[in-house]
Amino acid sequence: MVTDSLFQVLPAAAESGSVAITFDGRPLRVPAGASVAAALLAAGVERFRTTPVSGAARAPYCMMGVCFECLVEIDGAQSRQSCLVTVEHGMVIRSQHGMRALAENDAMTEGARDAG
Amino acid sequence: MTNSSDVLVIGGGLVGAAVAYGLAREGLGVRVLDEGDDAFRASRGNFGLVWVQGKGCGMSPYATWTRGSASRWPSLRDQLLSDTDIDVQLQQPGGFHFCFSEAEWRERGARLAAIRADLNGDYPFEMLDHAEVKRRVPGIGPQVFGASYSPMDGHANPLKLLRALHAACRRRGVRMTAGVRAQRIERSGSGFAVDATGQRFHAARVVLAAGLGNRALAQQVGIHAPVAPNRGQVLIAERVAHFLDYPTTYVRQTGEGTVQLGDSMEDVGFDDGVTADVVSHIAWRGVRSFPALAEVKLVRAWGALRVLSPDGFPIYQESASCPGAYVVTCHSGVTLAAAHALRIAPWIGGAAAPAGLEHFSGERFLQTDKVFTHGH
Amino acid sequence: MQADKVDVVIVGAGPAGMAAACVAAERGLTVTVLDEQDAPGGQIYRAVTKANARRLSVLGPDYAAGGELARAFAACGAKHERGAAVWQVSAARVVDYVQGGVVKSVQAGSVILCSGAMERPFPVPGWTLPGVLTAGAAQILLKTAEVVPGEPVVLAGCGPLLYLLAWQYLRAGVPIRAIVDTTEGADYRRAMAHLPGAVKGWRQLAKGLKLMRAIRRAGVQLHQGASDLALEGGEAVEAIRFTARGRASRIPARVVLLHQGVVPNTQISWSLRAQHRWDDAQLCWVPVTDEWGELDVAGIYVAGDGRGIGGAQAAEQQGRLAALEVAHRAGRIDRAARDSLAAPVQRALRETLHIRPFLDALYRPKDANRIPADDVTVCRCEEVTAGELRGFVRLGCLGPNQAKSFGRCGMGPCQGRLCGLTVTEVIASERGVSPAEVGYYRVRPPIKPVTLAELAAAHEARTARAEAQTVEAADPAER
Repeated sequence: MVTDSLFQVLPAAAESGSVAITFDGRPLRVPAGASVAAALLAAGVERFRTTPVSGAARAPYCMMGVCFECLVEIDGAQSRQSCLVTVEHGMVIRSQHGMRALAENDAMTEGARDAG
Repeated sequence: MTNSSDVLVIGGGLVGAAVAYGLAREGLGVRVLDEGDDAFRASRGNFGLVWVQGKGCGMSPYATWTRGSASRWPSLRDQLLSDTDIDVQLQQPGGFHFCFSEAEWRERGARLAAIRADLNGDYPFEMLDHAEVKRRVPGIGPQVFGASYSPMDGHANPLKLLRALHAACRRRGVRMTAGVRAQRIERSGSGFAVDATGQRFHAARVVLAAGLGNRALAQQVGIHAPVAPNRGQVLIAERVAHFLDYPTTYVRQTGEGTVQLGDSMEDVGFDDGVTADVVSHIAWRGVRSFPALAEVKLVRAWGALRVLSPDGFPIYQESASCPGAYVVTCHSGVTLAAAHALRIAPWIGGAAAPAGLEHFSGERFLQTDKVFTHGH
Repeated sequence: MQADKVDVVIVGAGPAGMAAACVAAERGLTVTVLDEQDAPGGQIYRAVTKANARRLSVLGPDYAAGGELARAFAACGAKHERGAAVWQVSAARVVDYVQGGVVKSVQAGSVILCSGAMERPFPVPGWTLPGVLTAGAAQILLKTAEVVPGEPVVLAGCGPLLYLLAWQYLRAGVPIRAIVDTTEGADYRRAMAHLPGAVKGWRQLAKGLKLMRAIRRAGVQLHQGASDLALEGGEAVEAIRFTARGRASRIPARVVLLHQGVVPNTQISWSLRAQHRWDDAQLCWVPVTDEWGELDVAGIYVAGDGRGIGGAQAAEQQGRLAALEVAHRAGRIDRAARDSLAAPVQRALRETLHIRPFLDALYRPKDANRIPADDVTVCRCEEVTAGELRGFVRLGCLGPNQAKSFGRCGMGPCQGRLCGLTVTEVIASERGVSPAEVGYYRVRPPIKPVTLAELAAAHEARTARAEAQTVEAADPAER
């Protein structure tokens, strides 16, 4: 979810460079060298995932790797703690909804449907 | 006397709680003594399988006993639901045991055929090749050579089961005393007195369901119950979208979506830790079984100490020298929960012993000419 | 698992870890430092090696001092493994970690755990809403990326870090809507009993007072003695509610930063089944160690905030002491040398810690903000409320491990880090016993998540090595 950004890079620091990434398909320009979590917050992302238990929206809380709220999919790898990953140009990031899905495996999904 | 009951059950794990529940349903006054929060508790390590296939090779009474428990499990589930509103999530769609080579597959087939022969053919299972397994369980890896499938198998939620049994016990008037450890049992009048952490309890009958603690306690009532710890390491991975409809011996998906992987059988004494070697081996076998699990994260790994008798089979026995004292111990607390609640409990309550129970007496271990190995 | 061998493995490259590494390397020991981040500094000196002049100015001189330590660390000859997440430490001192997707192992002569501290959980209504972060998180955003709230922000809670952040925001020109301070008169009165200690640590006290003066002079809206804190919002936080001076207030805010102190990160020490004690002054579990920081698990030490909250200076000093003892045990220095090198460090440590009892008393987190009402989420991962937890206790649950089994509390990805203290205290309060009697979660590996494929690869590597060794052993003539 991208709205008026709750977070921003300090105006004085804005020249420090940025990289282009996508979040849920939307292109974003984010500060270079930051963690993915910091980058997404600076770009106005307010919701990172929904919980598997109740579907409640969650976003980063601790920014240091202990709360596990900042989990997103980065370049196909799910449940990554985005506060511990440095953002890189071209990263494809997706929010995680509920339980993570398993790796693309057509046979499995089809079979699961058949087995019902 | 306030600390007096018809039956005193020592141990509030899956075995003790199931027996206590069954006794309460029979209308008896029951008290359960349970240790504190950080006791060894085999119950917390349980994988959750309600498993029949492969058990009791060379000991057909155990195969029959296990099967009888699995067939009574729906009844236990219903009773618990009715008494507590807790659904222990029993599913019995059948289960698979994967084989990763032709030799393994043939050996598996032979084992199951032998059990079937012992039971005069009353033992449903199929030996399936890779293609057939894949048709039923999409997502298996190419290295799965084949599997044995049996419709008798299933799984449940072991933690919910424990919670439901405790809640059902309470509902039925069982008095649960937590945080005490039984130390001495002696005859008192026509019954027994048990000293536990500074308190004394009296009962007409006493049931030893204390897991590894049974070894020492059983001696005090003249029963030989040489149980010893056997470690199984278990892995829990994060929740994933539903992908597995059936339990398998080494991989199952829980009701919450987490993936459970196991296991090992190690003689390491009372060490319930985990080792990188075994953990990585279990992970490797899991990924071989279901390659899509590769990127899934391990969240927790633990060792659980099975309560294992020398031959791996249960010990059910009433003491000859101290009638009214019973030992109830096994390492399949989930699978046998129904038997414990619905067959063992009535026996302790005074009903006739279930058929074949005599095979589970601890006396069998006094035959010094026999060498025992764990049947598994 | 095949493991490299090293004299000392240090977990964490914060002030304790960096200082320990410098001393150990100086004494000729082989040292490997494993740190989860890609640059040294831990949390307090996070990103200090990358900070430019502007950041250093905003963040203040104490932060900048960390840069010196980081430079010394870089030059000391210790092997610094970046991006290395430790997932298991065994009593036999084998340290398993995962780095760049590869599972690795190192056998240590000694281990020094320098995992530092983490924010104390702040279970008030709405604390799980997006837009609610910790003050520590805000500092990390500032330190690592100069990212700050884009609109006036509310800071709530108590403790030195809250005011430090406010001061840093003022220097950076970030508007602060309000500081909702839970400290009240009774806290000052209680802290007075420890004033002598505070006076001995007058430098730190003076720093704190200077900070508070700057905040007041800037005219920041300050609400003191705040209670009944609650965060309102549907999908994200929209406002903070509280009562102060007998009046109920509501301040709209879309970013709220919470803080009520930090607590030791004890995941690894608990996983070793080391003895811990409940510290009633700091309201947290603290590993039991000797004067050098050694646990009751031989050869494994704790230094820094992981041993008890003391701050960055104390962490450095403890890191040095642990390394001196390790060097002594390894035969590099005799007892007399160890003691004479340790003496000034021990003195400095005592001085650094003089102010602690005062701060602990003054900023003691409120009962209501640690032991919440029934409808407040206690376990964020599994969404278990305090009321549900109390229900488990009524069903006979005696402690946190049974609570897990009753309701999955503590079984999620964070493995009890954000709910552990709360669960211990809620159960203790419901049972009417001390937290010490209730105990804590059984912490199990992996301390940090590792994928099944990463583990599977380690298994294959080990099997391949074993096979290669068998082949070698079988055909000596072939060589």
